[in-house]
Amino acid sequence: MRFVSRSERTKIPMRQRWKEFIKLTDILMWLIGAAILALVVWGSIATLAAGRYTSRHWFDFIIFGLAQGSIYALIAMGYTMVYGTLRMINFAHGEVFMSGPYTAYFVAASLNNSGFLDRQPVISLLIVFIVSMATSTLIAVLLERVAYRPLRNAPRLVPLITAIGASFFLQYTFRGLYGSGFQAYPTVRILEGPMVIGGFRILKFQAVVIGAAALLMMSLYTFIQRTRVGKAIRAVSEDKEVATLMGINIDRMIVTTFVIGGMAAGAAGVLYALMFKQVHFFMGFVPGIKAFTAAVLGGIGNIPGAMLGGIFLGLVESVGPSLFLDGLGIVAPYQLKDAIAFTMLVLVLIFRPTGILGERLAAKKA
Amino acid sequence: MWRQGIRIGLIGGTIEVLLALVGMVETFSQRFIISDVISMGQTLLLVAAMFTGYLAAKRTNRSEPLWVFVNSLVSGLIVGGLMSLLVTVGSLVRLRAVFINASPDLFKLLTFNQGVGAGILLLLIFGTLSSSLSGLLSLSPSLVRRVLIRSLGGVAMAGLLQDLLRAIFAPWGPIAEINQWFFPVNGLTVRGAVSLFILISAISYFWMKSGSTMKTSLQRLPPASQRVLRIISFFFLVVILLTLPQILGLFLSEVLTIVGLFVLLGLGLNIVVGFAGLLDLGYVAFFAIGAYTVAVLTSPELGFFNLTFWEALPFAIVTGVVSGILLGIPVLKMRGDYLAIATLGFGEIIRILVLSDFLRPWLGGAQGIAKIPKPSIGSIEFATPQQIYYLILVGCLLAGFISWRLRDSRLGRAWMAVREDEDVAQAMGINLVAAKLLAFATGAGFSALSGAIFASKLGSVYPHSFSVMISINILCLIIVGGMGSIPGVIVGAIALVGLPELLREFAEYRLLVYGAALVAMMILRPEGLWPEAKRRQELHREEAPEIESASSAVSGK
Repeated sequence: MRFVSRSERTKIPMRQRWKEFIKLTDILMWLIGAAILALVVWGSIATLAAGRYTSRHWFDFIIFGLAQGSIYALIAMGYTMVYGTLRMINFAHGEVFMSGPYTAYFVAASLNNSGFLDRQPVISLLIVFIVSMATSTLIAVLLERVAYRPLRNAPRLVPLITAIGASFFLQYTFRGLYGSGFQAYPTVRILEGPMVIGGFRILKFQAVVIGAAALLMMSLYTFIQRTRVGKAIRAVSEDKEVATLMGINIDRMIVTTFVIGGMAAGAAGVLYALMFKQVHFFMGFVPGIKAFTAAVLGGIGNIPGAMLGGIFLGLVESVGPSLFLDGLGIVAPYQLKDAIAFTMLVLVLIFRPTGILGERLAAKKA
Repeated sequence: MWRQGIRIGLIGGTIEVLLALVGMVETFSQRFIISDVISMGQTLLLVAAMFTGYLAAKRTNRSEPLWVFVNSLVSGLIVGGLMSLLVTVGSLVRLRAVFINASPDLFKLLTFNQGVGAGILLLLIFGTLSSSLSGLLSLSPSLVRRVLIRSLGGVAMAGLLQDLLRAIFAPWGPIAEINQWFFPVNGLTVRGAVSLFILISAISYFWMKSGSTMKTSLQRLPPASQRVLRIISFFFLVVILLTLPQILGLFLSEVLTIVGLFVLLGLGLNIVVGFAGLLDLGYVAFFAIGAYTVAVLTSPELGFFNLTFWEALPFAIVTGVVSGILLGIPVLKMRGDYLAIATLGFGEIIRILVLSDFLRPWLGGAQGIAKIPKPSIGSIEFATPQQIYYLILVGCLLAGFISWRLRDSRLGRAWMAVREDEDVAQAMGINLVAAKLLAFATGAGFSALSGAIFASKLGSVYPHSFSVMISINILCLIIVGGMGSIPGVIVGAIALVGLPELLREFAEYRLLVYGAALVAMMILRPEGLWPEAKRRQELHREEAPEIESASSAVSGK
């Protein structure tokens, strides 16, 4: 039998096939990607060779990155779940994140003033957590009822714009209610100071943040994977119409999704407040975008992906400026750490839009 | 059917409490609609209560007038009740620890300065009265209703815009008497309000009765006279546009220039979002690029180059167009939400870079670049707002003309096809890459032009002027005005940029109102205030398919 080559069989000249396969813009993008990668590697090598940071520095950066990353991961879970069920980005999730700790601040302040915080720190913290989670959940549910439910079947641009509008509305409502100043969370004494684990020093509150976030993520994941409600939510993410046929109440499941996302965001908010000590009406905007980046990084619609993406983003943000920007000779590299996050977002969206762990959803048509 | 009234009443009452706690009521109370009678803050509460009553009336299941009235009454009672609750709680508990606007002044305002007990009674009475009134209004015949709404609305608008109107009438000698008669100090006089009310009712009554006959008689004129009429009105428009800054005076010309800049920006984003459907949240980046190009090229502070504004302008536009293409290339494959976030990321990257110390030697860092010279032709320098207005007017006209011609060209149709469905557009033979890149490039070019004018108008550029808020502002503008519609951009700019400048009290709550307006528009009227005809059909087609097809069959479209 004669071996017949593919191009002979299909009768398309090879140059045309190559042109269809790779376009000029793709080549440009690959070049840009390669350039960025080269810069990163060069910068890292330069920093490590210069040896300005000791291993203790790196360890501190990594722990800080882990803590911040876990917060992003918790918020990202809200984004990813809403995207899974509604196929839209809940731009206002950053404000859901903000509303919890901002409201709980007043509870925390009054607990502090009455001395209850010092006497019973664990119970006080629990109360603060509960208030925060309740508020965030309330805002999330209101958002769904008022802004998103009427627009379930609207063309794709409309719910997006509504979400943006709702985001600003919430920010400025909270500004009007609570004021535009920065409010400082009271210091919780048992969380101050370092602790030593096996020769390494970590600050206590960082350990608490990492531990609490891990616990919450685990419970959320178990809820989604192992319970009936979780299964119903996953069914709704797969295919809404078929889920209705299976007897699942779509509206209730969507509300549950928002509730879970809200609770996670509220908890993340308190952890954020414990770490950064300040709450402010605008504090939800940037973490919201970063959490969305994390969700996309890990694969949107994919809950373990959101967790992974969050932690990865936190680490890169924390370690990155010192690791490669410093080596490239950039002054004050920490100013550009947000730029690193956004660049990573753009790169992920260009080169691997399905994220690290891949989208678990069916391929979305625009 | 009680439930509807109760539910709507609860929602309306919560909104009123929120308005009070957010501080809007207190801030608005400084401006009086009718001097010493009713302030803007009280009008706000009144309108909210009336709207609640109207909604309750509309949503009543039973159609008997009695039940409609009862429903609106009930909702008004609840609204008043919730406000009374707020006042009571406020008198018992120190709400100010949490809600910073729950000051004693607010409560005095809410109780009409009569103390808690009497205040609660008054709140209940006013709430019930206003809602029942609007319930009655909804029951009355359509003519009466429309006339009343227009007259009341007109009086309220006159009160709101008193500064504007005062400034317009002031320089014209005898006409300035109007000012004295209608609004001497803060708010309309009672006689001014009443006479305005009567005037507007008369006009709208007359218009309703014979407006349609006037329209049809206009249409029945021979085409030659129609053309003449059109040319005359066009001429009038041109004259008004050219002489506007002289009529309006300094402050209002300044407002006009800001509105003009936003119109220019809006026209650019209109091409990207409205025509091509590419949601670009990083639009402010091109604005920044245009401004910084002019700054770097003309400012003696950095000293690299020393060009004049006119020499730097083409560079700014070209840089803008090139960066538009550069932004467009990576995002070619992205759609919808991803595109929005990616462009948002780009916008933020540009802002962070411009703000950073890393690029300070070239871009000025956090202090920005100052001492940018103003544009000048010969010996005339464009220094005052009135003169800058003409520059911006030329820019807007240019941009408007280009948009208008592009919209009906092949490229414009290609954009709209891409907006509707990219895959089908590609299947129809449209080159997606070219279309998208051209959209980004054109939009970026307009934005860079606007940035260049902005830089020289202000004389300096600071990184803080280029936050993502501006992108969102412009997006709100074109959405509220009508996506894809060129007059819509102008309407949106006047509404969302002009009005807050005029009503200074708004300034603090600007974005709150933007956000609420955006959500409300999307739910109620997604095609915007002055929509493109096609868009309106598209967006309402899902609601009434049978009626659409029947009417199109009848009219033979």
